[in-house]
Amino acid sequence: MLRLEKRPNPSKLWLYGTPVMAVILTMIVGGMLFATMGKDPFEVIRTIFWDPLFGEFAFYLRGQLLVKAGPLILIAIGLALGFRAGIWNIGAEGQYIMGAICGAAVGLAVYPTESRWIYPAMVIAGAFGGWAWAMIPAILKTRFHTNEILVSLMLVYVAQTILAKASTGFLKNPEGMGFPGSRNFSSYPAAANPELIAGSGIHWGVVTALAVAGVAWVLLSRHIIGFQIRLSGQAPRAARFHGVNPSKLVVLCMGLSGALAGLAGLFEVTGPAGQITIDFNVGYGFTAIIVAFLGRLNPIGIVFAGVLMALTYVGGEMASTNLGLPSATIQVFQGMLLFFLLGVDVLTNYRIRTFMGGK
Amino acid sequence: MLRRTLLASAALGLGLTLSGGAAMAAGMDKVKACFVYVGPIGDGGWTFQHHDGALQVQAAYGDKVELQWQESVPEGADAERVLTQMALGGCNIIFTTSFGYMDATNAVAAKFPDVKFEHATGFKRDQPNVSTYNARFYEGRAVQGTIAGRMTKSNKIGYIGSFPIPEVVMGINSYYLHAKKVNPAVELSVVWAYTWFDPAKEADAAKALIDQGVDVIAAHTDSTAPLAEAAKTNGAVIGFGQASDMVEYKDGPRVSSIIDNWGPYYVKRVGALLDGTYEQADAWEGIAGGEVLIGEITAAVPAEVKAEAEALRDAIAAGTYHPFTGPINKQDGSAWLAEGATAPDGDLLGMNFFVEGITGDIPQ
Repeated sequence: MLRLEKRPNPSKLWLYGTPVMAVILTMIVGGMLFATMGKDPFEVIRTIFWDPLFGEFAFYLRGQLLVKAGPLILIAIGLALGFRAGIWNIGAEGQYIMGAICGAAVGLAVYPTESRWIYPAMVIAGAFGGWAWAMIPAILKTRFHTNEILVSLMLVYVAQTILAKASTGFLKNPEGMGFPGSRNFSSYPAAANPELIAGSGIHWGVVTALAVAGVAWVLLSRHIIGFQIRLSGQAPRAARFHGVNPSKLVVLCMGLSGALAGLAGLFEVTGPAGQITIDFNVGYGFTAIIVAFLGRLNPIGIVFAGVLMALTYVGGEMASTNLGLPSATIQVFQGMLLFFLLGVDVLTNYRIRTFMGGK
Repeated sequence: MLRRTLLASAALGLGLTLSGGAAMAAGMDKVKACFVYVGPIGDGGWTFQHHDGALQVQAAYGDKVELQWQESVPEGADAERVLTQMALGGCNIIFTTSFGYMDATNAVAAKFPDVKFEHATGFKRDQPNVSTYNARFYEGRAVQGTIAGRMTKSNKIGYIGSFPIPEVVMGINSYYLHAKKVNPAVELSVVWAYTWFDPAKEADAAKALIDQGVDVIAAHTDSTAPLAEAAKTNGAVIGFGQASDMVEYKDGPRVSSIIDNWGPYYVKRVGALLDGTYEQADAWEGIAGGEVLIGEITAAVPAEVKAEAEALRDAIAAGTYHPFTGPINKQDGSAWLAEGATAPDGDLLGMNFFVEGITGDIPQ
């Protein structure tokens, strides 16, 4: 008989061991899946995890990993701060969109002026857009006790509608022959976010993501606000006795995560994406939720989780193109990763006991 | 710097070894043809038909062609990466099969001058190695509009728009004009789904139309969801197969279809690359060229309506009738085409207005 027994304290070993275990289990079960589809599992796993880093075209793909991981890390760190405090911002996708729209609007409003102040102003506007969008669920929660999960999620769809409006209307490229989509920032240097070192994939968004990871780590482990965040998540009543104002914490955490998501959107629209289009958002805001948990809600862990997630995308794409796997198989593979992570996570708080007999 | 050089030399190396540059006249022994799809092949519509075209290339040239494809590639930054990977991986010709790949196609084409790029439904050919191709779907919409105008009992017909781009707007206009021609009382409702492929959203759009009393639905999105929704009404609502024939709904709501037939174009272009006659192009074929096929009109449609629709199809194919023939006014009442004038291609490719009689706005 197997039985789960609650541990008196969460296991330190399993806290850090579960992500590794989850990746290994995903490789094994994923490999079996690939084998049933008639592919060589070792070749597929190698294509996904090894080739983008060390394969023939790694010189190009390593940079692309950073391009893909940058926004994921930036958003996930903001989300993790809230998640740690038990504040569930599920609408980062919407805040990402609004950040992109606000930032892009500032840049496009002054087109074609060339000034070194334009890009910093856009960055501020981007952060503001995401912050303001996150303030809606935050204030509704503190004032009217609405559920921030539902409100923030619903606002994603509102943001998507505004995005459609922006790309077909108020931000539409006047020289675009009536086609939806804004001007392309790559041809407007003052407002563009190009690669800082050509071919490296590193743009301002990647730099910011890494810097924010460092700051967040210090905040969580060394700063009083970090302590309050952790305390509120683990023991809300104790936190109140300790003088933590829950409303302030909601506003702070939602605002921070919104601003970071907005920044990610701004860096993406001015850099890799290049323009506001109707379907500019590709789900970074939702994927970042997985990244946050995969990284144990720890800023440094999130950096690794972001890169790992990017690897499954970029490598998965290669497996799909080169080995003819359907893209749905790759999505199943990514899903397995989260599934095993959550499944194995049980071991952090419980241990497995075996015992014989009837009692 | 080093990496930039590497990328450039990789591109150059591939170009030299695989295609020999723009000056090649001798043709090639083997072509690696690659396809980028916006949805899954199993969408049963748009992407399914492009993939069918790709398979026709394989069938036509056998061993001389190697196929590679990537499904469900988002339009935007991801497309640029996929295209670069394909170009690095040795593709000689890359077909990018959705409008949203336009900027990515041109950006990657600039880095790989010896790889040929073919972009579907776009208008940008910034690089000499970028060609564009499209099909005159509005010709098929004229046939559908005729059937819709004759078949509707509520005099309310609907259209599920994907994105408000000229391609879709001209389809809506053509559909409406021909419904109106045979049934002056007809009213058109347009719902924008803002997606090419999302069965849930497409079903919602169809539901919204049915709730408004619409009994004939045309869709400009790629899945079979609108037909599935129409099937729930037990024959009260009919629709059309879009992009693909969608035969599985033949006994139900599907009364006809527009079939995108990309095969002939793909076979022609890859063939040109093989025999060395490839040149940059801007292709726009329709029913006459075989790129747009009208799927079988079922028995649910009365014989005289069927005959009328088929006569229209044949007139378009023969070149004796243009679906946009004046007099046609714009929605605001201003004149667009004078009596007997036909629409110039330029007007169609940039079409951003509804014709007179359609209510509602194009999202601006």
